[in-house]
Order: sequence, then C-alpha cells, then structure tokens
Amino acid sequence: MKRIISILLENEFGALSRVVGLFSQRGYNIDTLTVAPTDDETLSRLTLTTQGDDQMAEQIVKQLHKLIDTLKVVDLTQGPHIERELLLVKVKATDCDVRTELKSCVEIFRGHIIDVTPSTYTVQLAGDSDKLDAFIEAVTHMGIMEVVRSGVSGISRGDKFIRV
Amino acid sequence: MELLSGGDILIRALRDVGVKHVWGYPGGAALHIYDAIYRQEDVVHLLVRHEQAAVHAADGFSRATGEVGTALVTSGPGATNAITGIATAYMDSIPLVVISGQVPSSKIGQDAFQETDMVGVSRPIVKHSFLVTKPEDIAATIAKAYYIAGTGRPGPVVVDIPKDVTEPNYKVPYEFPSEVKMRSYQPSDKGHRGQIKRAVKALLEAKRPVIYAGGGVVIDNAADHLIAVARKLNYPVTNTLMGLGCYPGTDRQFVGMLGMHGTFEANTAMHHADVIFAVGARFDDRVTNELEKFCPLATIIHVDIDPTTVSKNIVADIPIVGTCTSVLKEVLSLIEQSGNTPDGDAIGQWWQQIDEWRAKHGLYTASRYEPSGGNLIKPQDVIKALYKVTKGEAIVTSDVGQHQMFAAQYYLFDKPRQWINSGGLGTMGFGLPAAMGAKLAFPDTDVACVTGEGSIQMCIQELSACSQHNLPVKIINLNNAALGMVRQWQDMQYNSRYSQSVYEESLPDFVALAEAYGHVGIKVTKFDELEEKMRECFAMKDRVVFMDICIDRSEHVYPMHMPGGSMRDLWLSKTERT
Ligand SMILES: Cc1ncc(C[n+]2csc(CCOP(=O)(O)OP(=O)(O)O)c2C)c(N)n1
Ligand SMILES: [Mg+2]
Repeated sequence: MKRIISILLENEFGALSRVVGLFSQRGYNIDTLTVAPTDDETLSRLTLTTQGDDQMAEQIVKQLHKLIDTLKVVDLTQGPHIERELLLVKVKATDCDVRTELKSCVEIFRGHIIDVTPSTYTVQLAGDSDKLDAFIEAVTHMGIMEVVRSGVSGISRGDKFIRV
Repeated sequence: MELLSGGDILIRALRDVGVKHVWGYPGGAALHIYDAIYRQEDVVHLLVRHEQAAVHAADGFSRATGEVGTALVTSGPGATNAITGIATAYMDSIPLVVISGQVPSSKIGQDAFQETDMVGVSRPIVKHSFLVTKPEDIAATIAKAYYIAGTGRPGPVVVDIPKDVTEPNYKVPYEFPSEVKMRSYQPSDKGHRGQIKRAVKALLEAKRPVIYAGGGVVIDNAADHLIAVARKLNYPVTNTLMGLGCYPGTDRQFVGMLGMHGTFEANTAMHHADVIFAVGARFDDRVTNELEKFCPLATIIHVDIDPTTVSKNIVADIPIVGTCTSVLKEVLSLIEQSGNTPDGDAIGQWWQQIDEWRAKHGLYTASRYEPSGGNLIKPQDVIKALYKVTKGEAIVTSDVGQHQMFAAQYYLFDKPRQWINSGGLGTMGFGLPAAMGAKLAFPDTDVACVTGEGSIQMCIQELSACSQHNLPVKIINLNNAALGMVRQWQDMQYNSRYSQSVYEESLPDFVALAEAYGHVGIKVTKFDELEEKMRECFAMKDRVVFMDICIDRSEHVYPMHMPGGSMRDLWLSKTERT
C-alpha cells in the first residue's frame, strides 16, 4: 500500500541526508521525496511516499522519529488527507491535429499550457498522482519528450495540522 | 567573560561536561586541539597506537563505568580508523563522543590532504553527528553531544571540527551552557501504565514463564530492580550475551545464557514458555534462531527504551516503551499492590521440568566435554581456572570467537559491567583496548582479556600503550592455532575444508613478543600447570602478563543452534543433538 509520510525536520546540516540514508540503510524504498523550508525558517517540511504494509509503515515512522533532527512524523495515509503533485511535460506538437487534441486534453484535466514553440507544447498539471498518471497515459501517443514530476506533497484534511 | 581559542574552548568544555580522560591519536587537522591539551591538566589524554583502539578503549571505559567515553582522532585516516570502533559502540548502544579533526572549512569538498567526509562516512553507525562551523558553537555542541550520547538509548556521537575552528589566534568568549534543551529530542522515560498493568496480569497468570533480560538492563543500571522482580516471582531468568551479569550467574534462578551458544535449559525453556518477559533485549537473530519457529506458545511482553526495537523482529503482545528501571519498579509495585501471587503449583512443576533439563544437558553435567589432562587443555577448563583464581570478581573483556563463547558460558558473572564484549558487531581486536579502558576506570580490580591468537593480533600494538599508561591488564590467550570459530563452521558446514583459518606455523612467539614490549609472558602447555601459572599471573598486580595457553585445537562450542530451527533445536556435541 502507498504511504505518504510527512516530516517536520530541523533545518540542520546533514538532516536530509540522515532521512534519506535511513531508507537505504533499512532497505525501504522512497518513491517520491519533496522538501522545502516552512514559514518557520528553522524547519523543513518533508513529504515522502513509499510502499509498505502496516507493520512496515509503523517501523518507518518509528525509525524516522528516532532521528535526532525530526520533530514530527505523521503517516498521512492513516487519515483523510489531500495529496498534490505537480507535473511538467513537454510534448512533441508539430502537426495541427496533435495540437488540437493536446489542447482539449489539457482542458479536460484542467492543466495549463505554459510554453509553446512551433514544435512543442509544455503542459503544467497539478493533482494527485493518479490523475497525473492518467494524463501521461492520455498524451503518450502524441510523443512525450520530457516528464518532470515534483513528487507528492500532502496535508491532512479538516482541523488537524502538523506544527511545533 | 573569558576569551579563548576554539582549541581551548573544546578542552574546557570537555572538562566542564565532566570528562577526565580522552583516548586518542594526533595528526595535522587536530594539532591545535593537541596543543590546547598540552597547556592544561584537567583532561588527561592517553595516546594509543591505532585509532580503532582509542575508540575501543573509550568504549571499554564506558561499559565498565556507565559514563560517556571520549576519543579524539585526526581527519582522514584517523577518522576512518575510528570507524570500526564507532560501529562496535553503536551496535551495543554504548555512549561515546568521538571528536575528529577536519580539514579547514575553506578546503572542505576539495579532496584536500587527509580529507574524509566523516559525518557522511559515519552516518549509518552513529546516534547523531555534528559538524562544528565556528568556535562560538563548540561549547554548546559538546554539551549536546554528551547529552545525546548518554540519554535515551545511548550511542556514539561524532563531533567533526574543521581546523580553522580551533585556530589559536581567533578568540571568542567561553560559556558552557547550564542545561541542554532540544525540542526535537526528548527521550521517553516511564512506560505506559495501562500496558504495565496488562504485563503484570500476564506475568501473574503465567504457568511457564521466562524472564529474558538483555544489555538494556546493564546500560540502565537496572539490575537490582530485575533481581527484585525475579525473586518476588521466583521465575527463571536467562540473559543474553550482552546482559550477562545483570542477573547473578551463580543464582539458582539463573538458567544461563540463551541463544546460539546458550544453555540447553535456557533455550528449551524459552521454546516452551507461555509468557516471555523481555527486558532490555532485542530478539536478535543470534537469540531467536528461525523467527517463524520462535517460541510458538508464548505471550510476549517486551520492555525497551527504544520504540523501534519493540516489535521489530517479533511482534510483542504487550509492548512497553520505557526505561528498564522505571518499568521494573512499576511492575514490582503493581505486583505487590495486586495482592496476587503466581500459581505456586504450576511454577513448581515448571521448575521441576527446568531442573530436569539442567541435569540432563546443562553446562555442568559431567559429559559436556572430555576432561583435560597431560598436554590436553580444554578451553572450558581455562575459563574455570580463571574464574577460580580471580574468585569470580574480575572484569573480563573478550574478543570474538570460540574463546568469547567459552568465557560467556563458564565465567559466572554475578555483577553487571563485569563482562565486556562486542556482542552486536562482533569485532575482533576489541578485547585488549577495552580491557585498557576498564583498567583505567578500576585500577584495583583484576581485568582479564580473554582472547584468541587471531583476535589479539588485531590490536596487539596496544601492548605498548599499556606500558605507557601503566595499565596492568592480564591477557588470557586461548591459543588453538586457528581462527577457531571459523574452523568450527567449516567443520560443520564445509566438510572440514579449512579455507584460510589456519596460519601454517607462522604464529609469533607470544611470550617473546610480550617481553619485547616490556611485559611478562607465560606459556602454558600442560594442564596440571594451568592453575598455578594463572595464580602467578594474577599475583603480579602491577605487570601486564600475557598468558599464552595452548588449548585443544579441535574443540567446538556447544550447545549450538541448528540453522533454520527453533530455539530448542541444538547440537549438544559433535555427535549429539536434540
Ligand atoms: C574484524 C573481524 N574480522 C573477522 C571476523 C570473523 N571471525 C569471527 S570469529 C573469527 C575467528 C577468531 O579467531 P580467534 O581470535 O583465534 O578465536 P577462536 O575462535 O580461535 O577462539 C573470525 C575470523 C570478526 N568477527 N571480526
Ligand atoms: Mg584461535
């Protein structure tokens, strides 16, 4: 099962490498990883996704907690949550039909065309990972030149929040 | 406020955090620090002969005393030489601070002379690490490093200091923090009360209980509380390799060590147990044997300070995260409050069964190994002689191999911190420097390093450091002229093909070697001389004595778990199995 794990981390030397190192050291995979400072500049917020059953997820969360620099670790998949990922994709768009089809596809998925050349369209799309997968599938036959995904960011729904 | 250079601040901060001894070895990136050491007298530095030994000695000191040990090394090769020592301490949760010099900040990342990314290289084997970037941060970092190393589940902390940070001409105000507070690190203490209540209920209802106590009890100085609970309940107690001494080895309720080379009665009792009370132990693979076959009938109560240890290998029915001391105290008081007592009949029967097992295949049944005599000296008898001569009161360190297991089995440790060995990493070369650390802490106690001719050669250069610092340890070399434990596995699994486990007559004359270092060497080849020569050895209180004892070359360590089996599946001798 896919897990989305959110971490509040001290913005200290080597902190990120300790998180990443933990995963390889313990034999867990990281599928996606995003990290950036928060409104409090001494803290970074990190979201990572991985696969695992309940027991493994529990171990991962406990191991992350054990790192000295981590303040909060939450498995978002345990409760209602929102996940978002950003996709940038460059598609070969030389002939007219492809351009039209791509435009309508972008509209259906509520994306944006953010750069145009005579031979390419660059599309931006945000959503959960499944939606991004579906879009990529829909445009594959047109000729994808490049795909960039930000990795998942997540937040819990409702009144719950993660803060120190 | 006093103005000091970074080097002076470091040493002052060590003094203020309570450090009296630092084991180390100098080099370019650490020279400002070494100069600061030269100019003061509060912190004593002990020069070793290899950085690995510096860390092991600090580790041995820590294991013997419970205090945080300190080592100091230079950058590059000094730092990498320290790695084995750090990993050894990490695996056994030993609190250490290892300070490493680093190339100047401006050169970091340039492949400068003797540059190694110490924080990166040590990352998987430390509890935490710091790179200090300015002299103003040194004192606070040292305070944090000792706090982190010594609290919660202890472990080694690396403090890497670039050379410019200890520069003598740049001075800043010195202030040692009065307390350490870290919002991201607050180790838990007391276990969950509801869980402890459930544990007490399960314990009191048990019909075939076993108390399985490990190194956590030693580390947390919780032995007295363990003894109190065990006596109150009259339940059998087994110890892990790391836990030996936390329950008295000579006590009737002690059923011996468990695990791969544990006793028949301890392993068999575990297998049949209905309640296992695991305290400060971690269900290591050398204990459990095949996980699927582990203790099929047992309700597992697991107490540990580290939440990641609980339910990692074996899912606990009653997990309790807390210090051994706080949980054991609470268990005892809840037992007393409950007014209930264990089921006397069931426990009586259980003891009868255990005593039967003990009488049948215990370590002290006559047929365990063939008797020594003439030129045949059995390793077991060497340990028994050591026990007798030191009256069971020595601090015993060991290296890794058959000799380690014989020491663990046949020296009955009555006190915690009496038995010092590398259990988790299994580091050959640990024994001698660890003995030095223990001897420094307890100059009036006999300190014996039980070793093999293989292991001792991995840190033998420290015989020189023993002279320099007047550390009269006793080396008990169980010389079987082979990497015995390797050869045992080759006998059992590779049809006795001794690939690279023998030395072809290349061993040194250990007596001459000891003498070359200015020590006393004693060779023993006959059984009837063993005890007498051992007495001679320990009578020389202020000399390092190297006893080279030629033991039976073909002996194996038994009992031994059969691979893939349950805990009770054991080889009892070369021909007998359960
Ligand atoms: C540094 C290191 N290298 C290799 C090993 C693997 N190993 C475990 S026991 C052993 C043999 C030890 O020989 P010796 O010290 O003579 O002890 P004996 O088993 O003969 O008592 C070896 C090579 C180890 N534990 N540590
Ligand atoms: Mg040997």
